[in-house]
Amino acid sequence: MPATHTTEKVARPPSAAPPPPVPRPAPRSVRLWRKLTPWLFLAAPLALLVAFTYAPVVNMLAYSFTDWDGVSPELSYIGADNYVEIFTRPELFQVFFVSGYYLAASAVQIALALYFATVLSFNVRLRNFFKGVLFFPYLINGVAIGFVFLYFFQDGGTLDSVLALFGYESDRAWLGTSTSANISLASVSVWRYLGLNFVLFLGAIQSIPGELYEAAELDGASRWHQFRYIIAPGIKPVLSLSVILSISGSLSVFEIPYIMTGGATGTETFVIQTTDLAFRFNKTGLASAAAVVLLLIILAVTWVQRRLVPDDKVDLT
Amino acid sequence: MNHRRTLTGTLLAAALLASGCTGSGGGSKAADAKAPDDPSKVSGTIKVLTHRTDIVQDGTMKKYAAEFNKIYPKVKVEFDAITDYEAEVKIRMNTKNYGDVLMIPGVIKKNDYPRFFASLGTQDELAEKYRFTGFTTVDGKVYGQSPMGATPGFLYNKRIWAEAGVTDWPTTPDEFLTALKAIKSKTDAVPYYTNFAAQWPLTHWTFVNGSVSCDTGATTALAETDPWGENGELRVGDTLLYDIVKQGLIEKDPTTTNWEESKPKLAKGEIATAWLGSWAVIQFRQAAEKAGADPDDIGFMPFPARVDGKACATANPDYNQAVSIHSKHKAAARAWVDWFTDKSGYAEDNLSIATLKNAPLPESLKPYEEQGVKLIELDDAKGGRVKEIDNASEVGIYAPEYRQDLVDLARGAKDGTLDDFLDDLGERWTEAQKTVGS
Repeated sequence: MPATHTTEKVARPPSAAPPPPVPRPAPRSVRLWRKLTPWLFLAAPLALLVAFTYAPVVNMLAYSFTDWDGVSPELSYIGADNYVEIFTRPELFQVFFVSGYYLAASAVQIALALYFATVLSFNVRLRNFFKGVLFFPYLINGVAIGFVFLYFFQDGGTLDSVLALFGYESDRAWLGTSTSANISLASVSVWRYLGLNFVLFLGAIQSIPGELYEAAELDGASRWHQFRYIIAPGIKPVLSLSVILSISGSLSVFEIPYIMTGGATGTETFVIQTTDLAFRFNKTGLASAAAVVLLLIILAVTWVQRRLVPDDKVDLT
Repeated sequence: MNHRRTLTGTLLAAALLASGCTGSGGGSKAADAKAPDDPSKVSGTIKVLTHRTDIVQDGTMKKYAAEFNKIYPKVKVEFDAITDYEAEVKIRMNTKNYGDVLMIPGVIKKNDYPRFFASLGTQDELAEKYRFTGFTTVDGKVYGQSPMGATPGFLYNKRIWAEAGVTDWPTTPDEFLTALKAIKSKTDAVPYYTNFAAQWPLTHWTFVNGSVSCDTGATTALAETDPWGENGELRVGDTLLYDIVKQGLIEKDPTTTNWEESKPKLAKGEIATAWLGSWAVIQFRQAAEKAGADPDDIGFMPFPARVDGKACATANPDYNQAVSIHSKHKAAARAWVDWFTDKSGYAEDNLSIATLKNAPLPESLKPYEEQGVKLIELDDAKGGRVKEIDNASEVGIYAPEYRQDLVDLARGAKDGTLDDFLDDLGERWTEAQKTVGS
């Protein structure tokens, strides 16, 4: 009975009667505002996210089912034809061999970053200076890096001059053959992205409490032991994140080869190929489908990786 | 959990809604841009989209506009110089806002011209006075006009060629190779510069088309036959390029070439030859002056092929100027297009072939008159179809990739033989000819 009573009361509009003094749950409008507040704060970033990330992605998905050429006012729906074309043209996937070079390079990159991060996490002279040196390339615009390294690899350019200083007269065209060009480009990419991995690792290492090292030292652990039993397990999540990033990164390399060689001499990557399809041959529909396929491949690879190396909670104690 | 689900739902819905807004500028009806009768009455502000960022920045365009205003005092001309012209204008053309006058981007299909541009008149009428009308004609109506034209050819350093003992223009690809070999053995110059890294200079090799057979129907042949078949125009051109590279007559490292540096180098005689076009002569002469070399050393010669003892050079339009169909001041825009072609002196300033049929050849092409080089204009009726075949086959005759592959093949950076390579191109091309609707 009391229950019905209260509902009736609430349903009735508050009349001239003064509000009862008993503490009641906050009025509806206040509760509504409380729920709404976080969303209001989020409105601007969400609007941007939707407008510049999700809307284009949905658009791209839509285009991938059409034969649009990128300009013409006419476009017609052609179902999954674009996808059928992609999967019936094996040569479109051959470019993934090039990603192998970048994958190998990113292994080197992670190893180097880990090495430097470990060394610089201990007390070393000029520590901050070296941190700056390692991170600096990551801050430079990728296009600028492409141009700088074009001069670097030129015949008689920086690399050749430096080698000549050491008495080694090199007479090779660094970007001349497919293997040499891919290795050169991949090392540029190592130079560029080393800083990012390095900073991630350094941050993770510094979040390990200092007492652990002290305790380890008291127990007579060497630097290597400290690395093996404290640092390595401590940064495992960051390490696996770096691996995911570098695999998806090597599958979708673009800037450096696009600026430096334009995909010539066997340096074409999947993204360059997609750009060419869209803007060179005006097959926007097919290129959108290729982009969707790349997205799915990367998602699949990441999923497999997460299955193989599950993300455990780290517990150093 | 529930919250998250509703959120994703809203996001998706919003994204779908947003995507519904983007679409393509609708199908507009055909329109004409008629030339005004009385110059003093035309008025309005017109915006001209141009790829010539250089002459907008140095004020040359403003001078043209000032001259224009002497005749059309009430028209205000504004310029919008765009560095990445093709890509940017292509995207802008999805809207209605792409200036009053613009250069027709290469990607626009010929059959779509009436949707984007106002007609300038019938071909019958305009062809009497102007060259290049066929390149923008759809159903008998002309939609664009190139203010100048160019002819493809080799830029060469006369002094170096003379030092190597070659004074007459080679008449066959073999003679040409012999000449380059002589340059290699007798001088320090690089006989031929590919401009491999700059990419677009390689695409110029496609403009060989027409020079070999001296046939005005060469473009139609491109659309209907295999250009890499026996004696096909492109086969002859590509074979010459292949041989030049194969015989080591190019720069040491093509992958790091530099276009801007190639100009003073050719002027100073460090480079002997480069396949470009007559439009480049003025740039190389200016570079020569800057580098302290003799601008008169820069020579220009046609492709080494002769039909009945005469060389053939094709006259091609530059970017075609057109009037936007959405322009509110079509008469003013048309006045600019006409004035720019007829009276601005733009073609002369650029040492180019004038669009007006009765205008004389530029001074840089005087040797062509002396040597009796035949200047022909290709029939572009099938030009649109060639582009469609090109896109469908993904060969890219106007793109650098396949010629870069050709150069790689010739210098041994890629495996295979020339015949297989060209046959594969031909196969893809003829395959696409079958699938592309006419």
